[in-house]
Amino acid sequence: MSALVIAEHDNRSIKGATLNAVTAAAACGGEVHVLVAGANAAGAAEAASRIAGVAKVLHADSPALAEGLAENLAAQVLALAPGYSHLLFPSTASGKNVAPRVAARLDVAQLSDITRVVSADTFERPIYAGNAIATVQSSDAVKVITVRTTGFDAAPASGGSAAIESVAAVADAGLSSFVGREVTKSDRPELTAAKVIVSGGRALGSSEKFGEVLTPLAEKLGAALGASRAAVDAGYAPNDWQVGQTGKIVAPQLYVACGISGAIQHLAGMKDSKVIVAINKDPEAPIFGVADYALEADLFQAVPELIERL
Amino acid sequence: MKALVPVKRVVDYNVKVRVKSDGTGVDIANVKMSMNPFDEIAVEEAVRLKEKGALSEVVAVSCGVAQCQETLRTAMAIGADRGILVETDAELQPLAVAKLLKALVDKEAPQLVILGKQAIDDDCNQTGQMLAALLDWPQATFASKVEVADGFATVTREVDGGLETVKLRLPAIVTTDLRLNEPRYVTLPNIMKAKKKPLENVKPDALGVDVAPRVRTLKVSEPAKRGAGVKVPDVATLVDKLKNEAKVL
Repeated sequence: MSALVIAEHDNRSIKGATLNAVTAAAACGGEVHVLVAGANAAGAAEAASRIAGVAKVLHADSPALAEGLAENLAAQVLALAPGYSHLLFPSTASGKNVAPRVAARLDVAQLSDITRVVSADTFERPIYAGNAIATVQSSDAVKVITVRTTGFDAAPASGGSAAIESVAAVADAGLSSFVGREVTKSDRPELTAAKVIVSGGRALGSSEKFGEVLTPLAEKLGAALGASRAAVDAGYAPNDWQVGQTGKIVAPQLYVACGISGAIQHLAGMKDSKVIVAINKDPEAPIFGVADYALEADLFQAVPELIERL
Repeated sequence: MKALVPVKRVVDYNVKVRVKSDGTGVDIANVKMSMNPFDEIAVEEAVRLKEKGALSEVVAVSCGVAQCQETLRTAMAIGADRGILVETDAELQPLAVAKLLKALVDKEAPQLVILGKQAIDDDCNQTGQMLAALLDWPQATFASKVEVADGFATVTREVDGGLETVKLRLPAIVTTDLRLNEPRYVTLPNIMKAKKKPLENVKPDALGVDVAPRVRTLKVSEPAKRGAGVKVPDVATLVDKLKNEAKVL
């Protein structure tokens, strides 16, 4: 019995979410192998081999795997699937894109967004926007899983010395092609990995105000910036800052919600944060129901004062 | 060119569900049900593509209990031309739904299937990808922009860190993200018209699909409750508490 973790990487380095998936894989029992599929991804394979607890790194290199197209990456995983009892993907945009494709080809169910490994075939996962936790048991021979990264500690990125084995890369399926990418520029920490998150809602009023009021606070705290759906829809913040059921799921040490009412869908993305601070004018805002520290105040006065006192 | 749009009947997104005290599931008796929000976006997109002349017919499909008819009528009120209900009382998991949809795709031969990226009840985010795999079609998940022309679909996807554009050879699968469009309100005349549109009823057996669940739910429990928070009177107290009580600064 062994587990294969499909690494998320940028061909040079391994993305943090992979480390959490390695921890979940180890909890399933058996050896943990990591697949690095990419183009000129020797650097990423090297980094994967240093992750503590990894027994072997499989490295598939081909231009067809350069952009992580679902059709090609799923075929690559399927080529290696025999011999593994567990296939684990981090629950990122890429992992969610590919894992069900692999599962359906294997004719097995896929388990989404697990938060705990109870045993090799039993897992916990949130349903209904995190308002219930289901304990589920899979009867399939192979478990195809996506791992909610906030549910597991990151495996140490160094200390391991796994062997790197080159594996044959699959041919391009020819079904799809990559056109381009528009990356949101940000010098702040990555949202899903940040220890502190400052998040803003509709109350900020404009994208200028959003940046003007929240950026200095984020800078002071070394925090990532997040946003509610309302703020994103109104154009105050980019889409990939959205925290919630349909955006990013985060669990930082400190989450500061400014001008966010706290709809069910938003709470689903942040209620596992260690400490939640809410700053809101409305004493009835549902965010106060989950906040450890609730400050009923106008954020345009409270946030600058907060920056001053830090 | 025809499009198939699967829609799911789910607990309305505004309802805060309660876990049953015996741990067998969540209590959805007498709770308001609606069309899954992502599926509304999928129907809207298909109807817009039809209005632009890129599609000739939009067929809505739903799998589940008899009441899913209402969900199909909503889809038809938005603008779908007809509906197909795969009626069963069995618990349907994404793999089973993907197989049912594959059987319908084989029969209906659409060039495009547009699904929601996830259902807000099971939060799985699997069915579209699984259907693509079973058909060996290309997929574009989490779409925020879709263009169809000359045998290809060009789709902009919402990914971690920004946007990504891919080009798919048709036939293809697209799953919708929130920002793809703003679904239109259904009007009373359109609701009346939708009542007259054809709705076909089929059974999983007739499609030759075994819908037996592969994953067994052993228990459903409440998430851990957060301790009661405190109200702080001013910013100074807040900073003090964060430093000395929570020790997060």
